[in-house]
Amino acid sequence: MKHTFSVQVENKFGVLARIAGLFAARGFNIESLAVSPTNDPSVSNMTIVVNAPDERILEQIKKQLNKLVDTIKVQDLTGENFIDRELVLVKVAVNPKTRPQILEIAQTLEAKIDEAATKDLTLEVVGDQNKIHTLLELLKPFEIKEIVRTGRIAMSRH
Amino acid sequence: MKMTGAKILIESLRREGVEDIFGFPGGSVLPVFDALYDASLNLILVRHEQGAAHAADGYARATGKPGVCIATSGPGASNLVTGIATAYMDSIPMIAITGQVKTHLIGNDAFQEADVTGITRSITKHNYLVKDVRELAQTIKNSFHLAQSGRPGPVLIDLPVDVTLAETEFHYPKTHDLRGYKPTLSGHPGQVKKAANLIEQSKRPIIYAGGGVILSGASAELKKLAEKTSIPVTTTLLGLGCFPETHELSLRMLGMHGTVYANHAIMDSDLIIAVGARFDDRVTGRLDAFAPGAKIIHIDIDPSAISKNVKVDIPIVGDARDILLQLNKIVKKPRIKPWLDKVKTWKKKYPLGFKDDNKLRPQYVVEQIYKLTAGKAIITTEVGQNQMWAAQFYKYTKPRTYISSGGLGTMGYGFPAAIGAQVGKPKDIVCDIAGDGSIQMNIQELATAVTQKLPIKIAILNNSYLGMVRQWQELFYNKRYSHTFLKNPDFVKIAEAYGACGIRIERKSEVEKAIKKALGVKDKPVILDFIVEKEENVFPMVPAGEAINRMIGGMA
Repeated sequence: MKHTFSVQVENKFGVLARIAGLFAARGFNIESLAVSPTNDPSVSNMTIVVNAPDERILEQIKKQLNKLVDTIKVQDLTGENFIDRELVLVKVAVNPKTRPQILEIAQTLEAKIDEAATKDLTLEVVGDQNKIHTLLELLKPFEIKEIVRTGRIAMSRH
Repeated sequence: MKMTGAKILIESLRREGVEDIFGFPGGSVLPVFDALYDASLNLILVRHEQGAAHAADGYARATGKPGVCIATSGPGASNLVTGIATAYMDSIPMIAITGQVKTHLIGNDAFQEADVTGITRSITKHNYLVKDVRELAQTIKNSFHLAQSGRPGPVLIDLPVDVTLAETEFHYPKTHDLRGYKPTLSGHPGQVKKAANLIEQSKRPIIYAGGGVILSGASAELKKLAEKTSIPVTTTLLGLGCFPETHELSLRMLGMHGTVYANHAIMDSDLIIAVGARFDDRVTGRLDAFAPGAKIIHIDIDPSAISKNVKVDIPIVGDARDILLQLNKIVKKPRIKPWLDKVKTWKKKYPLGFKDDNKLRPQYVVEQIYKLTAGKAIITTEVGQNQMWAAQFYKYTKPRTYISSGGLGTMGYGFPAAIGAQVGKPKDIVCDIAGDGSIQMNIQELATAVTQKLPIKIAILNNSYLGMVRQWQELFYNKRYSHTFLKNPDFVKIAEAYGACGIRIERKSEVEKAIKKALGVKDKPVILDFIVEKEENVFPMVPAGEAINRMIGGMA
């Protein structure tokens, strides 16, 4: 099951390595990770998405995250009401036939066209996981040349 | 007043009450050693940095105060690593100070550079690389707080040369500034009440006590709980001494080489009261067969220790002493007479024993050490058969008297740990019960012990084998003794070459006299080289992966 953690940590060197180390030492792959400073410059926020094959080990990781001296607060947003966003850049190959189809998808999903060249279009989409998923599904029949994603950021609604 | 980083370090250590440091100099710590030259701190010069780390650890275990060790950058620091990992696994408060190359050279593959905070990240409770001298005092304050509070552990401070040379105003902070670090100390009263109810209703309860009891200083409260409820007590290896093994409620140690009666009792129990223990695999054996009928109350200061290996019914997070104090106020005695009778029968039927014939057997040696020191010595051990015999045939009645690497199982630990223990407890008899394999892993520390005039007794149970590995080869690998036979040096001559005392004992009849002679030596270490039966095994034993009541060799 996919878990989304929002973790507040000290904004210091070495903290990212400590957090990543907890997952790595247990053979867990971090699916996405977004780190940025908060309104308090001494605090960073991390949104960590991880696919947990074993819930018991995940429970351990949660406790270990809390145990880190540089961790200020850990929220497991999974199962909670939360807002999440991700920004995706997709470069799609186009020809005269597919160009209007792609533009239509872009319009439907309110995607911006960042680059329009003769052979490809670069779309920029911001949205929650559903929207990103829909975009990628709709683009499947076309030739995607490159995708770059920011990783998810998330915030509890409470 | 302006001070250099090195002076700030020394002054901060003094303010934290540090008197003794174990260390070895080198290029990157020259400024610190220069400051030590006329400081009041006592530096014990070891012969290998690993010895410094184990000695600091042994000092901490014997005294309860944090142990401090210091080494230079690169190889000095990496030589501390095994000692730091040993302390981490057993939750021992320790401060490791390492030199580092100048800040502008970090990451340049400079001479004697190693990424020590990177290397030790997973074996320290926390570590620091100090890049600005103005942060040094606060870092030391934080380190001592971290090492000693909550679940204790080692903290490493990496100090680049230029930071120790730079100057700043010195103010030692009164408190730490760790906003994310708030260990739960006081147990939840609601949980304690639930535990008391469960205890009162239990029919076959057992107390399973670990190293956490010793770390929190909860021995007196544990004894009170046992006596108030008549519940028998078994301890882990690290818990030895937290409850007197001479007490009628003591079931002594459980687990892989525990007593048969402790293992039967915990397997048959309907309630386990775990205090400061973590259900280690050497204790539980086959996990899905462990104590199938038991509910579990787990008292531990570390939330991540709870429900890690076994599912817990009533977790109580907090300091063991605080929780036991609360519990003792409200707990009522359960009606468990039939259970106590059953336990008594097991105790009678399956005592610990060995073949007490006229051969020189290692168990006999340990028993004699127990007798001749009146059970009052501080025993350190190496790892392997010596460690288990020292646990089985010496009865521990006080906390901080059995000092052993339980979690990491570090060979070469016992002797330097004995040095630390003897420095911290100069009036006590300190005895390292060693094997001929383990002792050679840090034998160079004889020079340290001789220089410091430490009267440590080193009892080598010399069977010319890596005994525990040989035992496994005998039992599970068809007696194929692959690389476990040791051609040993003459340990008596080694002792004499270092300026220590050496005695060889080849017959059972010589044991008492030799130990008495060793106990009479007050100004230097003594090696007692006991040439024991070569293929003696540690029994009882639970084969790996078996349920812990399926023991082999339960009887002598």
